[in-house]
Amino acid sequence: MSKRFDINRTKDKLFRYFGVACTIFGLVMLAIFLISVLIEGLPRIDWGFFTSLPSRKPENAGILIPLLGTTWIMVLTSLIAIPFGVASGIYLEEYGKKNRLATIIEINITNLAGVPSIIYGLLALEVFVRLFGLGKSLLAGSLTLALLILPIIIVATREAIRAVPKTIREASYALGATKWQTTWHQVLPASSGGIVTGVILAISRAIGETAPLIVIGAMLYTTTIPTSPMDDFAILPIQIFNWLSRPQHGFIINATAAIIVLLAITFILNGIAIYLRNRWQKKVKW
Amino acid sequence: MQFSFLSAMTSVLVAILLTACGGQGSGDQSGDQLQGDIKIDGSSTVYPITEAVAEEYRSVEPKVKISVALSGTGGGFKKFGRAEIDINDASRAIKEKEVELAKSNGVEFVELTVAFDGMAVVVNPQNDWCTDMTVEELKMLWSPEAQGKIVRWNQIRPEWPDEEVHLFGPGVESGTYDYFTEAIVGKSHSSRGDFTASEDDNVLVQGVASDKNALGFFGLAYYEENADKLKVIGIDDGNDENGTGPIKPSLETVKNKTYAPLGRPLFIYVNSEAGKRPEVQSFVSFYLDNMNDLSAEVGFIPLSDTETQNVKTIWTTFVEGLSASE
Repeated sequence: MSKRFDINRTKDKLFRYFGVACTIFGLVMLAIFLISVLIEGLPRIDWGFFTSLPSRKPENAGILIPLLGTTWIMVLTSLIAIPFGVASGIYLEEYGKKNRLATIIEINITNLAGVPSIIYGLLALEVFVRLFGLGKSLLAGSLTLALLILPIIIVATREAIRAVPKTIREASYALGATKWQTTWHQVLPASSGGIVTGVILAISRAIGETAPLIVIGAMLYTTTIPTSPMDDFAILPIQIFNWLSRPQHGFIINATAAIIVLLAITFILNGIAIYLRNRWQKKVKW
Repeated sequence: MQFSFLSAMTSVLVAILLTACGGQGSGDQSGDQLQGDIKIDGSSTVYPITEAVAEEYRSVEPKVKISVALSGTGGGFKKFGRAEIDINDASRAIKEKEVELAKSNGVEFVELTVAFDGMAVVVNPQNDWCTDMTVEELKMLWSPEAQGKIVRWNQIRPEWPDEEVHLFGPGVESGTYDYFTEAIVGKSHSSRGDFTASEDDNVLVQGVASDKNALGFFGLAYYEENADKLKVIGIDDGNDENGTGPIKPSLETVKNKTYAPLGRPLFIYVNSEAGKRPEVQSFVSFYLDNMNDLSAEVGFIPLSDTETQNVKTIWTTFVEGLSASE
């Protein structure tokens, strides 16, 4: 009896060490990456780096246009993807009947989340850029990325809604509320923490995407400050990719500095997600 | 529960808006300056030259908006043939199929040579045996039949050591790969497949720099920026008319064509319809006036005086032809 006990204790210990080793491995890799990027790139970041146009001289080149492009893309993509994604999620979870069609839709949405992003780019080039005549505009780019992250938002919304206890809905119905009143006043507030987290993680992914936007023809060099959704645009990931492949070492440093900016945007977005989630989770009291 | 879901989502959007800072609009300048958009696409090899020219052109005609995308030479020609862009940057000449596409859409164009690029064949600095190769030896090493067979240095030349050869080259989608295979193997897009390929030439530089038995090829600019980590070898094309014996790539040898056959021209293609617009005429003329200084600055080899004059004549004749046909 005690022998078996010892074996199980050893197994437990071994697994714990294994888990610790895995965690430390991941953290060390992340630390090495962050430190090397910061050491190389941080000295390059100054005001001029944010306000300069593209240049053949690494020290004069800046990220003004791609940074604005990425901001536009982020906002437009959110405006398109959030309403569609959340509404679809609510429909599928609260209103839709659970029949064969629903199962097929469900499988397809989950599959869509796994389609390589370049495929979305090819689809968008034919549909948005050529068929709809949107050209290589911010709007076409945002629609592409919205399509890309829609499945992620739908899945996150459904998961969050599913976590709301059934008793809440039943209590609401018992008081005479309609389905919409129940959803709007009870279910959504209770699930908003999960939905917001899913939405922001999806947008963080969208701003790092390069492949689909290269396919639809995002610019690398442009001096036009984007002022409308129909303007052409450049984005940070493509600029980073190009700088990394240039022969001069100065451009590699520029790329590292731009990576820090992109990382900062992603970290801030994730920070907001965590903050909002904590805040709303406290607010929800039944 | 008294709070609205809508306001929650709105605050998310506002937060996203605030994450990145905004820019300032460019100042307006008056006067009879040229205006308009010029759309350019194409090769990432030629991109640095076009970027440099566009950068200088900003101070001449600030109101002309130039945008350059990077679909690659082939991707660019597809858009060029559908008249979606005005100018295509190309690291090789247009192919018959691409001419057909342009014709079927009524697109006419002119080809202008803007610079030369040398392809450097490099080895590791610790490699003390290989200082030059003939085109024949390179062909034997890179042809499709060599795959799995020519794997040791002493199979190329018996006096070289009995060590493995590790090959590095640009990805098969690049114009550089197309040109190298055409010049060495004799057939474009045909080579052995068992080499380390990367679209990012800096990866190839790292590969050759850290492997004693490596041999690779890429654009001359990448060798010049990393000359302390690499050793470039001379190429002998067996033709004494353009220089005797093995010749190493340099500004001089690519310019005077003795570094054969691995020197190549880089082009821009201009759409005729676009060529009728004054801003495009002004930009292309500016391009031809400044390309030699600027391409040297970004690591390419400028045209000789006679070649520059020829290209300028081609362009002027083309523009005159356009206005005559109107």
